[in-house]
Amino acid sequence: MSYLQALSDAAGISGQEDAIRALILPAIEPHTQEIKLDALGNILALQRGTDGANRPRVMLAAHMDEVGFMVTGYDSSGLLQFKAVGGIDASILPGLRVRVGKQALYGAVMWVPIHKGHSQDVVAIDALRIDIGAANKGEAEGKAPLGTMIVFDSTYGMLGELWHGKALDDRAGCSLLIDLLQSGPYPVDVLAAFTVQEEVGLRGATVAARALQPDVAFVLETTTAHDLPDPVANPAERFMSVNPTARVGDGPVLTVMDSRLIVNPVLLKWIRQTADQHGIPYQIKSRTGGGTDGGMIHMQNAGIPTAVISLPARYLHSPSALLHPQDYGHQLKLLQAMLHSITAQAYEHR
Amino acid sequence: MNYELKSHLKTLVESHAPSGYESPIQAVVREAWTPFVSDFQQDGLGSLIGIKRATHPPVTPRRIMLAAHVDEIGMIVRDVIDGFILFNGLHGVDNRVMPAQSVRVHGRESLRGIVATKPPHLLTEAEKRKYPDWDHLMIDVGLPAARVAELVRVGDIITVDVPMVELLGRKLAAKAFDNRASVAAVTHALFLLQSMTHTWDVYAAATTQEEVGLRGAATAAHHIAPDIAIALDVTFGTQPGNNGSDTYELGSGATLSMGPNFHPKLFAAIKQSAQALEMTISEEVLTGNSGTDAWAIQVAQVGIPTALIGIPLRNMHSPVETLDLRDIERAGRLLAHFIATLDADFLATLDWQRPTPQEATV
Repeated sequence: MSYLQALSDAAGISGQEDAIRALILPAIEPHTQEIKLDALGNILALQRGTDGANRPRVMLAAHMDEVGFMVTGYDSSGLLQFKAVGGIDASILPGLRVRVGKQALYGAVMWVPIHKGHSQDVVAIDALRIDIGAANKGEAEGKAPLGTMIVFDSTYGMLGELWHGKALDDRAGCSLLIDLLQSGPYPVDVLAAFTVQEEVGLRGATVAARALQPDVAFVLETTTAHDLPDPVANPAERFMSVNPTARVGDGPVLTVMDSRLIVNPVLLKWIRQTADQHGIPYQIKSRTGGGTDGGMIHMQNAGIPTAVISLPARYLHSPSALLHPQDYGHQLKLLQAMLHSITAQAYEHR
Repeated sequence: MNYELKSHLKTLVESHAPSGYESPIQAVVREAWTPFVSDFQQDGLGSLIGIKRATHPPVTPRRIMLAAHVDEIGMIVRDVIDGFILFNGLHGVDNRVMPAQSVRVHGRESLRGIVATKPPHLLTEAEKRKYPDWDHLMIDVGLPAARVAELVRVGDIITVDVPMVELLGRKLAAKAFDNRASVAAVTHALFLLQSMTHTWDVYAAATTQEEVGLRGAATAAHHIAPDIAIALDVTFGTQPGNNGSDTYELGSGATLSMGPNFHPKLFAAIKQSAQALEMTISEEVLTGNSGTDAWAIQVAQVGIPTALIGIPLRNMHSPVETLDLRDIERAGRLLAHFIATLDADFLATLDWQRPTPQEATV
């Protein structure tokens, strides 16, 4: 089983990343010299570089948490009330299956039969219920106490030629970071941060960057690739009516700017040159919205040159995100090339 | 006899067979019933009829028909654009449960698919307020456009592709419990009848095309020409948003329906069987069209005394239809015991000139 599969199938919403930490620690221990778990639960690891010269300290960050839900209450009949942790669109929930708590109990998001109503207004999460089969409130509370984590029920696998799984945002980034550490060391010191609580406001990365004090940082993320035609548009305009942000299969996605970060243009140019030199395809994120751990990392200490490199993924924050294996391979290759060649010239304003 | 109700049920609901395309599920039913029946027949619309002959036949053979529809709700390909599949629901399919569901596209190859969703990052305010309609729903099979064009054609059938899962207690969630739960109840009755004596021939019918208008039951009833018939279907399980007097708690037992669709004396006789078994049932009042196979069977041939047994089901027509396994067992047991009580004279008791057993006791 690949790390990505294990990481995608494991459950870890923001603040409850324990199972993810447990998978990552043994994978990186043989390849790092220092590992620290900080007060929020971030994994901070050092892989010492091979070049003793005055090399930059490079932070690589990927977040461990996924979007999901928490149990917030009960109906007398034993049904669970719940709320989202992170950004989840309520319109995808009717009729989905979920896994509840450490025992991964099956739950069904209930839905009033179509025979009894056709309203197309999206039902808010507050009004939805999860059925775990509990006979009454007491049994439900016993099996799923308040605060119990709930994640989408989804198993990693292939869908056609693509990888399919929940939580690829950002376990794919975690998997890349593991692969990078395992294929190291590099000339530079690598400061690996597997961060917590990205989905609720970039919390873990904030303190991770402050503690690690890197000279430069790269965020390994996934980004939305809504590269679908518009089914109701005139055929000639099908691909003009939606900005896909990025396209699956077109290579790693470089951010120019998003709502939280303007990527250091010197650093961005260097990444593009590195990709070109190695014949690695890449694409530029075509939307300036959204935010990643980079939004906080670059503001820490006296300012840290930061870039975001993302895997283009369809259907983020749903049970079934899709990734192209080729994009993963290209992103790994690009990051390895960067770590082998980076110097201060890559980001210093001249 | 290798038979276990829960695993039988799992096989049934994980088979893919929407209305008009029931061959795969009929193969499953045929295999399951083979140890319990002496022969099979099939009518012109594909309803499969397994016949369990009387252990002690009377001079004039009598036939009881059991009817449970095997078709499930499904979808159909309406277009393929740039590798993405546009589709429509067949009758009774809810667009609101489609986003992010796993589906199977039955093209030249069977393809797994995901119903595409727009990530919350990109949704407009208007899109957040309404469920996507059939015009906007698309299926992604993760293949290049050229490959999809080779494998998928307009008119290919699509079904939801999710496993049956176990909840706490004896509760189960799956697609297609409507109405494979009833098929399983019939199987259970046939199984129980192996160790019982009965004087009537049992014609168990796995009927087709119920979801599009009770079509297979009409032709199956014509084919069988039964003396009496019992249809089985799911009924509404109590849940938030659907908790009126026409809903029944999961685990509270099968329902037995009354109303113009049903012969009152047959209703009373089945009720008496339940009482003899000390089995709790709920009486369901249906004031007109029951919307089940019973409605079609009642007017087949020159009229057939008909009854309806129901199994409570939550989230009907969704991928998480939820029920209590015990209700299926009970429905099967009630059927078997009722069949065993049928004797040479039973048909005469349905005579409209005689008082019903209930009236007789008043």
